Amino acid sequence: MVTQLALDLRSIVGSVVDPEIPVLTIEDLGILRSVDQVGDEIVVTITPTYSGCPAMRQIEDDIASALVAVGVETFRIVVSHDEAWTTDWITREGREKLAGFGIAPPTPIEEVLCPRCSGERPRLIARFGSTACKALMVCSSCGEPFDHFKQF
Amino acid sequence: MIFAGVPQGTPEAGLDPRIRMVVAHGDDNLVLAQRLGELISWAPELEIDIALGNIALDHLGVARALYTHAGEVEGAGRTEDDFAMRRTEREFLNLLLVEQPDGDFAHTIVRQFFFDVYQRLLWADLATADDSTLAGIASRAAKEAAYHHEFTSSWVIRLGDGTEESHARMQTAVDGLWRFTGELSAPYPDVWRHQVETTLNEAGLTIPDDPYQRTGGRDGYHTEHLGHLLAEMQWMERAYPGLEW
Repeated sequence: MVTQLALDLRSIVGSVVDPEIPVLTIEDLGILRSVDQVGDEIVVTITPTYSGCPAMRQIEDDIASALVAVGVETFRIVVSHDEAWTTDWITREGREKLAGFGIAPPTPIEEVLCPRCSGERPRLIARFGSTACKALMVCSSCGEPFDHFKQF
Repeated sequence: MIFAGVPQGTPEAGLDPRIRMVVAHGDDNLVLAQRLGELISWAPELEIDIALGNIALDHLGVARALYTHAGEVEGAGRTEDDFAMRRTEREFLNLLLVEQPDGDFAHTIVRQFFFDVYQRLLWADLATADDSTLAGIASRAAKEAAYHHEFTSSWVIRLGDGTEESHARMQTAVDGLWRFTGELSAPYPDVWRHQVETTLNEAGLTIPDDPYQRTGGRDGYHTEHLGHLLAEMQWMERAYPGLEW
């Protein structure tokens, strides 16, 4: 049930940041599915991003810390695979934050623009980058290497 | 004592076939993740090292999700660790292909390529399963398998159609691993073979004539390699039962 308490807690839980891309909150990423109150218990439901994302465990711990910090003691964090996360769930604000941080937001690879100079048709250097969600590219105009958040 | 003729640790014999299927796919992904993990810091180039590590992580993540789901559906309190760390070789239901040693880079890539083609077909199938959690895991894994497949098929072509040396190594890998593909392609024999053959043709590689196939992985009968892999992967849990990170 979405009570006022649950609504208030949603903004607190939603502000937990991704440990690997700390410019994004879990609300921006779209992985926070719901915050409900079930009797005395707060139930937070999240959906993991990539299967191999090692940050998920950290995010669960950070959600728990955020709840404890505001005095919530009875809670449960549910990891739901029902409906797969996709990069379409990243909010518009999240996309803007990514670009501002120097990471090209998820688009088909032909449409990626350099986050520094908006140069078109950057070159793919490595399909697999520094984290599960990113590929490494280099701008054909300004020569800047940058990460692209893969569209999934 | 009279030997009853029933092998010890008969693999998950009493398990509901639906759960058994989820566990078997979990086993494929876990065992391959472990194999790829062995290569970290050993790949031919830094980018490939990172790629193989990322692919391993994807498989590990899929395995964890499937085991957790199997445990929940079973309802007997088994966790992902129970499936991964507390079962014996005879209880593992993975395909024989994924337990084969890394060999040289050609073997690693060909093993992965055969498996990627299979997993793309598998996840597309399971993405429409009635079990919505399984469907969710599958539809996410489908995109990852497609991404892995782009990587491996491009290497199959580059190396098969590369130098004399790289071509010879790739053909040796295809010949050596082919006998483990029967049980893997069994659910989708024609389409799997067609897709594999198309890439191999482009790479100038050929499918061996020898029709002999080794099977048994799905029934818990493995090649000699799995026991060694599990011994290394499970030793910490075996030495310190219940250890938490």
